[in-house]
Amino acid sequence: MRKCFISLFLLVSSLSVSPLSNADEPEEHFVKVADPYIEMHTGAGRGYPIFYVAARGEWVQLLYRKTDWFRVKTEDGKEGWVSAAQLSMTLNPSGQRVDIRDPNEKDFVVRDWEYGASIGDFEGLSVISFYGGYHFTENISNEIIISQASGTVSSKTVLSLLNIIHEPFPEWKVSPFFTLGTGWIRTEPKSTLAVTRDRTDQYANYGLGVRMHITKRFLLRVEYKNYVIFTSRDDNEEIAEWKAGFGFFF
Amino acid sequence: MESRFRVFLLITAFALLASPALVPMAAAADEKPAEKTEQKAGDNPVNEVIQQDPVIQPEVKRREVKQADVETENFEIGVFAGLLSIEDFGTNPVYGVSLDYHVTEDLFIQGRLGYSEAGTTSFERLGGGVTLLGDREYIYYDVALGYNLLPGEAFITRNTTYNTSLYLIAGAGNTEFAGDNFFTIVWGAGYAVTASDWFALHMDFRDHMFDIDITGEDKTSHNLEASLNITFYF
Repeated sequence: MRKCFISLFLLVSSLSVSPLSNADEPEEHFVKVADPYIEMHTGAGRGYPIFYVAARGEWVQLLYRKTDWFRVKTEDGKEGWVSAAQLSMTLNPSGQRVDIRDPNEKDFVVRDWEYGASIGDFEGLSVISFYGGYHFTENISNEIIISQASGTVSSKTVLSLLNIIHEPFPEWKVSPFFTLGTGWIRTEPKSTLAVTRDRTDQYANYGLGVRMHITKRFLLRVEYKNYVIFTSRDDNEEIAEWKAGFGFFF
Repeated sequence: MESRFRVFLLITAFALLASPALVPMAAAADEKPAEKTEQKAGDNPVNEVIQQDPVIQPEVKRREVKQADVETENFEIGVFAGLLSIEDFGTNPVYGVSLDYHVTEDLFIQGRLGYSEAGTTSFERLGGGVTLLGDREYIYYDVALGYNLLPGEAFITRNTTYNTSLYLIAGAGNTEFAGDNFFTIVWGAGYAVTASDWFALHMDFRDHMFDIDITGEDKTSHNLEASLNITFYF
């Protein structure tokens, strides 16, 4: 979203300079080689052979990016893959160094969106769960979680739309977090057992865990949650859940 | 997704700004004659060199390159079809969709959603009218981590080369079969041939493992799948 506003701002400023510029025209990104040369590989990977080198002073066009590699086109039409590391030494038309770098810890701290999956144990059942979260601030976020737990006696589906997470030290390498949430849990007995009715109950939970930024947009997380299920019976049911998984952020 | 959103914003902004933008255009037209007289008055050669500067500039637009502006193609969406051998229930066609996210050149995350229908067991076929299952749908989803173990190139002809990769995957998911849900471990290997900038062909072999008791005993069933997947980068 922020990027949208930046590009909007850039558009406004460029319009006031050249009112005739056409917004529909595809963007072309040219950079000038500043290192003695850059190496063009046949594929987007470190092992692919180098088939061409573009020398210092040549202008090359950046077509698109795949992980750490850029598809690059030279002035005489040769297309190949150049590593992001080599392109960070190229220059913009204004002579400034091109801003090419990978997402790092700082981007991780100020991330907006986070998605991921984890597996674990849900009071004796095996559980797989998916989540998507939005960060309101560096410390506070909300996650939507859907989990499927299954075992020999029953299977449970858990849905939570409200799961507030507080991360007190987002800049730590291994960052702890605390959660409070609520949602619904649906229990279905196994069809091979005597027939009992499916039921859906509301629950509230608290939990804690840690997140760790691994590389680029990739993170690992481990968490514990304690569920209190408000059943229609006389007493509430308590369930402990352990999960470990991965996620990525944008 | 985001870039499409940005294009939408840009177009909206352009439409909004189109009318006020004409004002500076008119102003620029007014300024031109004044500029010319200034140039005539100044007979300094250094000044002329500066004026000529744009002529020797390479044919590039003076647009600053920001990495955020360059399109990324880290996602891969695909449709697949193949055969799934459901333990005790025969081998049946399977089809589904896949979504990959490439984190680095080595590591990717793959999600899959597949559908198949179980056949009959030999007991059902020989038993004459006995049916073991009412619900024969086999639906699975899983998320796996993938690792490009052997990236390489395939030389189809003397002048045609495609980039390839042999990868391993391992993950977990859920299988809905015979009216129940089963926590499923999935692992396997695949071979991808990147046919062009925007699409690739994959051949995948996977084992879906889960504990099941519908045949009267608790056991771990292995459900082997072989499929062809056509994917598109975006």
